[in-house]
Amino acid sequence: MSKGRFGIHGGQYIPETLMNAVIELENEYNFYKNDPEFLEEFTSLLNKYAGRPSLLYYAEKMTEDLGGAKIYLKREDLNHTGSHKINNVLGQVLLAKRMGKTRVIAETGAGQHGVATATAAALLGLECEIFMGKEDTDRQALNVYRMELLGAKVHAVTSGTQTLKDAVNETMREWTQRVHDTHYVLGSVMGPHPFPTIVRDFQSVISREIKQQMLEEEGRLPDAVLACVGGGSNAIGSFYEFIEDKEVRLVGCEAAGHGVQTEKTAATIATGTLGIFHGMKSYFCQDEYGQIAPVHSISAGLDYPGIGPEHADLHDQGRAEYVPVTDDEAVEAFEYLSRVEGIIPAIESAHAVAHARKLAPAMSSDQIMVICLSGRGDKDVAAIARYKGVQIYE
Amino acid sequence: MNKLQQVFSDGKAFIPFITAGDPSLDITERLVIEMAEAGADLIELGIPFSDPIAEGPVIQEADYRALSAGTTTDKIFAMVKRIRISSTVPIAFMTYVNPIFTYGAEKFMKNCQEAGVCAVIVPDLPFEEKEELLPFCSEYGVTLISMIAPTSKDRIRLIAKEAEGFIYCVSSMGVTGVRKEIGNDVEEMIKIVKEVKDIPCAIGFGISTPEQANKVAQFSDGVIVGSAIVRIVAQYGEDCVPHVAEYVRNMKDAIR
Repeated sequence: MSKGRFGIHGGQYIPETLMNAVIELENEYNFYKNDPEFLEEFTSLLNKYAGRPSLLYYAEKMTEDLGGAKIYLKREDLNHTGSHKINNVLGQVLLAKRMGKTRVIAETGAGQHGVATATAAALLGLECEIFMGKEDTDRQALNVYRMELLGAKVHAVTSGTQTLKDAVNETMREWTQRVHDTHYVLGSVMGPHPFPTIVRDFQSVISREIKQQMLEEEGRLPDAVLACVGGGSNAIGSFYEFIEDKEVRLVGCEAAGHGVQTEKTAATIATGTLGIFHGMKSYFCQDEYGQIAPVHSISAGLDYPGIGPEHADLHDQGRAEYVPVTDDEAVEAFEYLSRVEGIIPAIESAHAVAHARKLAPAMSSDQIMVICLSGRGDKDVAAIARYKGVQIYE
Repeated sequence: MNKLQQVFSDGKAFIPFITAGDPSLDITERLVIEMAEAGADLIELGIPFSDPIAEGPVIQEADYRALSAGTTTDKIFAMVKRIRISSTVPIAFMTYVNPIFTYGAEKFMKNCQEAGVCAVIVPDLPFEEKEELLPFCSEYGVTLISMIAPTSKDRIRLIAKEAEGFIYCVSSMGVTGVRKEIGNDVEEMIKIVKEVKDIPCAIGFGISTPEQANKVAQFSDGVIVGSAIVRIVAQYGEDCVPHVAEYVRNMKDAIR
């Protein structure tokens, strides 16, 4: 079995042109992840620039309203640039700079990862180009402008379904074109080894903080941790430190779109099969001939036909559970959290909030649940208004 | 002598690529037969994939056209069997690892053997992952073609040592597509291969003109042309067969 495996998943299924680049990346990462100077600079950026540690907020009103488990929100939405994406991006762009790369490229779905990458590139002085599906540049127009404001060049990808998977395709193509001076800042725990490991390591700060904050606050571990899952970076970040703590239930909330019984879904664990795509073996939404399915979710960030290989393995092992959440449920949760707690969540994160509304009442009041609020919802307001039939344009 | 040895036995090989099912499988069937008659030594037949990450826009569009026309792997196998009634031209499949893996690697290679497909080229299956398909390739006598690229450097020896059939030398960085200039790295790459193993080397990516083909044929054993042919198919649609045949004839003449 080749490198970078999580059970049967993972691996390095990429064109030969990129092989030396990922081998170099692995070697450099293995060096810098133990380099005190690198770690100090990374931690300093997380704390002094991105605003870490992020709050672990006790959602008292939501807890009372649902009448079950005590609910905490891990406030990744309060990070600089408004989501958990900045954790990984600061690590990777710093790594790219140490590797002598002068240019970074990245895919983006909702635009959060693109904005974060453009931000880190501006800060650390690297050239930056972002690839975003044409459909997503339309539904997240404000983020496109934001990236341009930060000095990045944004390419609207018109191939295929014009969403996140096509943005990944195009970024990979661009990387094969120009690999010597360019690092691909992959935004999720997906792609060829070593990306799933690097991104997970940089995002695991979320669960390290949750654990510490929970022990300080409650003197014990939570009973359940919930996070939304597309590729799965905020989820793996929220789960990672708890994987060995078997008593902590880990719940990933997938985007079911119109429902898992329809074609308009992006719930990979619920509807996908084993395949090999975007550099990794994992589960994918696809047909019997291995053609990748056009997926659907109201959330551009979860609108992806695959899932990271470590999640696929956690599913195989039964260590984490993955549940589908529909567009309608996510929109209701988006409104619910805004009204009840005065926090507008990203529509991605709202998928986790939606499942929490079902799960919390079934738990007892002496149990504790943590929801990773992976991003803030400002970017989604206009789209949700339109979904509700209110014609607002950014 | 097996089919692949035959490809390189008569001077420099010309290897045209087309996407199966673009614009229809009937046209593909005629194209294969006519290209063979026009001098093609091996036909590289693309099984279309929804997300062809190693392809430039020209072949991406061909894949979408073929898939929209309802092309499937089973229909392609059936078409190759029809070709076999009238032609013995060597055929290699080019596709991505997922269409093979999801179809079932064993069933896929068994069908290749039955249809007389002698090799598979899988651009997203590097050396490190070849065990995914190699056991089934070996079992059913299908050669898994190895690729080397301008970035391969120290990997060339590693790859060449275990390569079979021929080596697909990627001439340039990036994805498939017509280029004005073909890089010089590829000549050096082939020299390194030949130090390690006596195996034919065919050059692909970017070649479109007889002049380019002639130039790279000087230091290689074969020339692979994809996008330039797919462009003719796109331009003439159902009427493309004579135009493609003429192109193939000119290209083969240029490397004789």
